[in-house]
Amino acid sequence: MAGFNKVVGSYAEALDGLSDNMTVISGGFGLCGIAEGLIAQIQRMGTTGLTVVSNNCGVDGFGLGLLLEKKQIKKMISSYVGENALFEQQLLSGELEVELTPQGTLAERLRAGGAGIPAFFTATGVGTPVAEGKEVREFSGRQYLMERAITGDFAIVKAWKADRYGNCIYRHTAQNFNPMAATAGKITVLEVEELVEPGELEPSSIHTPGIYVNRVIVGKFEKRIERKVLSTAKV
Amino acid sequence: MALNREQIAKRVAQEFYDGAYINLGIGIPTLAANYVPKNMEVMLQSENGLLGMGPYPTETQVDADMINAGKETVTAATGASIFSSAESFAMIRGGHVDLTVLGAFEVDIHGNIASWMIPGKLIKGMGGAMDLVAGARNIIVTMTHADKHGNSKLLSDCTLPLTGVNCINKIITDLAVLEVKEGAFHLLERAPGVSTEEIISKTAGKLIVTANVPEMQV
Repeated sequence: MAGFNKVVGSYAEALDGLSDNMTVISGGFGLCGIAEGLIAQIQRMGTTGLTVVSNNCGVDGFGLGLLLEKKQIKKMISSYVGENALFEQQLLSGELEVELTPQGTLAERLRAGGAGIPAFFTATGVGTPVAEGKEVREFSGRQYLMERAITGDFAIVKAWKADRYGNCIYRHTAQNFNPMAATAGKITVLEVEELVEPGELEPSSIHTPGIYVNRVIVGKFEKRIERKVLSTAKV
Repeated sequence: MALNREQIAKRVAQEFYDGAYINLGIGIPTLAANYVPKNMEVMLQSENGLLGMGPYPTETQVDADMINAGKETVTAATGASIFSSAESFAMIRGGHVDLTVLGAFEVDIHGNIASWMIPGKLIKGMGGAMDLVAGARNIIVTMTHADKHGNSKLLSDCTLPLTGVNCINKIITDLAVLEVKEGAFHLLERAPGVSTEEIISKTAGKLIVTANVPEMQV
């Protein structure tokens, strides 16, 4: 990769260096805004013992659920899981460990990780099972928990458009956890729908500046919908 | 008669006010979006990163990149903005969301809420509920007054693991509207045709009842 040309031509190149027992941060909310091709590549590589940081763990047969099939995940750090039977099985059999983290705390732990802040205090989770073993401090008469930052060996991020510098934008609510994930990986890999010419993205509209991004690959996306609800339907 | 889901949702919508930023949880709270009073402008926040959630899409509007926190397809309303999860929870945690409505398993007289975990059953996670109850200025719980075995869900102390402490202001059930303050539930309204006696018998925690409790308008 020369200069600021971060574009790679193959998924093998995109995830070169990923090995057993690493921590992988994945953007996405459910199946929305996930790096489909990079997840499939991790499955092909057969890397095991992974700690995966992601709000959710996909569904059976799609998204991060694919990595459960060959038992590649050792631990999940998530806010909501169990949309898939395989996940439940591996959790109950003890093959899979889960650290449940409130959604906003998870987002902030990643943001902090990428921003060089080792820990922060939040009122979220005070007096609940989430507080167990955590330092509690009082500020202005209210109690707060200390939560630690998260960083990963790799971050896999799904963006809409990117240029070769790694500058990118996300589309609609496919943004979700992706911008924080992008900042928190030692190696951040963007899988994008479209590669655009440098200068095409308006500098002030860029969501993630290229400084956070190490590799860019153009992917093809199935974009599966988890719950299709139409305006005529009752909730 | 106990209220049905739509009637509870209608009563919830009476808590909305012009110019309010509101986060609605999955289930009955989400239904309340159908009953926003006419001539009132509210903005619905969805914690996956959408402020200004619109109606569900038509078949042609369906877009996999446009979902709500329940992972359902949605549209963006006029005036909407879309942002990251960190930004979304900054507005929640920072107290910028005016009203949160969510479901619960139990609420107690201290305003504690249990809504995410039943020991012995598979634990799926708390999602954004803990952040929401810790951050919103005003939190309303909707739930049935008692479980299907007739056990009260309004307790002296929650028995299940908590989602948040001392945070619930109001409860809207199929039988009543109650305020939570000063270590007690205060009966504000009763469902049409539901007697004060029935509400008293189905409320396990301390309940303050004044004379002539009005009926809900639903």
